[in-house]
Amino acid sequence: MTAVLEVQDLVKRFSNGADSITAVDRVSFTVAPGEVLAIIGPSGCGKSTLFNVIGGLIDQYEGRVVIEGETVAGPHPAIGMVFQEESTFPWRTVEDNVAFPLEIAGVPREERLKRAREYVALVGLSGFERHHPAQLSGGMRQRVAIARTLASRPKILLMDEPFAALDEQTRFLLGDKVLQIQQQLAQTTLLVTHNIAEAVQLADRVLVMTYRPGRVKRIVDIALPRPRTSEAASSAEFGRYVAHIWSDLRDEASRGMLDAEAQSRRAE
Amino acid sequence: MTERESALSRVAPVAVGLVTIVVIFAIVEALIRIGWINRFIVPLPSAVLAAFGRVIAEENVLWRTAFTGAEALAAGILVAIFGGAIGVLLTRRRVLRLATETWVAALAAAPIVMIYPLLLVTFGRNAVTIVMIGFVAGLPPVILKTVEGLSGTRRVLIDVGRSFKLSATQEFWKIRFPAALPTIFVGLRLGIMFALINIVGVEFLINFGGLGQLVNDLAERYDLPATYAAIFFVVLVSVAFFLVTERVERWLATR
Repeated sequence: MTAVLEVQDLVKRFSNGADSITAVDRVSFTVAPGEVLAIIGPSGCGKSTLFNVIGGLIDQYEGRVVIEGETVAGPHPAIGMVFQEESTFPWRTVEDNVAFPLEIAGVPREERLKRAREYVALVGLSGFERHHPAQLSGGMRQRVAIARTLASRPKILLMDEPFAALDEQTRFLLGDKVLQIQQQLAQTTLLVTHNIAEAVQLADRVLVMTYRPGRVKRIVDIALPRPRTSEAASSAEFGRYVAHIWSDLRDEASRGMLDAEAQSRRAE
Repeated sequence: MTERESALSRVAPVAVGLVTIVVIFAIVEALIRIGWINRFIVPLPSAVLAAFGRVIAEENVLWRTAFTGAEALAAGILVAIFGGAIGVLLTRRRVLRLATETWVAALAAAPIVMIYPLLLVTFGRNAVTIVMIGFVAGLPPVILKTVEGLSGTRRVLIDVGRSFKLSATQEFWKIRFPAALPTIFVGLRLGIMFALINIVGVEFLINFGGLGQLVNDLAERYDLPATYAAIFFVVLVSVAFFLVTERVERWLATR
């Protein structure tokens, strides 16, 4: 199947005076239509850099980001981004938050609110349309952010650790919600995470990255059956995938930890 | 929460506030009557209450309240337009901001009222002088809070805008401005408060216009109960502006 997203030999360096740090080094991968690809790696492996480059928020890099055969630069309407940090607009109600991309596209108010309510229902927040984000829990707010991105009907949903700020149980339950939405919309999804269980729960493939510079270490196929729920987490197969990915990640995470300790010592 | 509890939670703070005022007035009244407070310095609260009818009927206080209110409104509109515009300019031009921010902050703490002779010479003994003093006094907090609000917009909200390919104008009106609105309105409330203090002060000093002039007249006549009753109307103007700005902020936030 033709890839909807191709990342080809991506290199991103950051300069700080005379010093130059390679955050991402010759990363290449493809994502097929309807596929969920999780990118996992330790802190400092360049996951978020990759997220920002693909989303068009970072420029000046080497390599190419190709969407349906077209090389893109800058934000592209085919990509919808969900951020790690809480990103709902506190001054807007839930439905006005979700209708935001439609408002920007010039959709008339009645029509955009009607469509927004469909996406509010899709993420399971019916009844909260007129609430403001401050009246919702962290998990509900993140669902509003997901609904807002989905309302722009992106070909590729790009999520950067969307549940990182939530507790483990909520994270599993929201993972179920994402699986349900993904199945309903056949939504191509690229998920950046540092949580192995989350990656195995949601993804068709898991791309494991090395610690700095971030390179592709391995791509693991997750052959758990679909439709999938968080109950899969209790299966032996799920545990084997988690163990397998952890054995790949362990060395990288250790390198990251040692590097952080060395930096702290230098800073003393 | 039941309907009764909800109504109670709305009424309770107002009731507690009113009861507190009544209790304080009763204590002051008692202290004056037993001679612990000199009644020629602090009038009896009951006498102040009785003076309300007199200042309304004989001193034209309602018209004067409207006059001072109109001056404060004019100063407030000028402060909002110019303070907001200068705030936006300083947010967009970093060099200008670094060059002037300290001066603007210093101006906020300066006794602006002292420049009234200069304005008196420039504009004459009229309402323009009074509005201008209010405008100059109210400007610094609006500028400072507009800069603080606009430059403090969370990065992730800007990124959301960029991911939806917003133009610079859309980014300003759809994200930066509404995100900064609560901070800008803190500045606007402070600005109007500074403006009102200076407006009443200059009315008092140049013996022209609304409530400030009335307070001056009544103090000159040593009519202390009526003086305090007139001061109450100054407080009323301040409260009215606070409520109006709160409504405007809420209205703008839902646009």
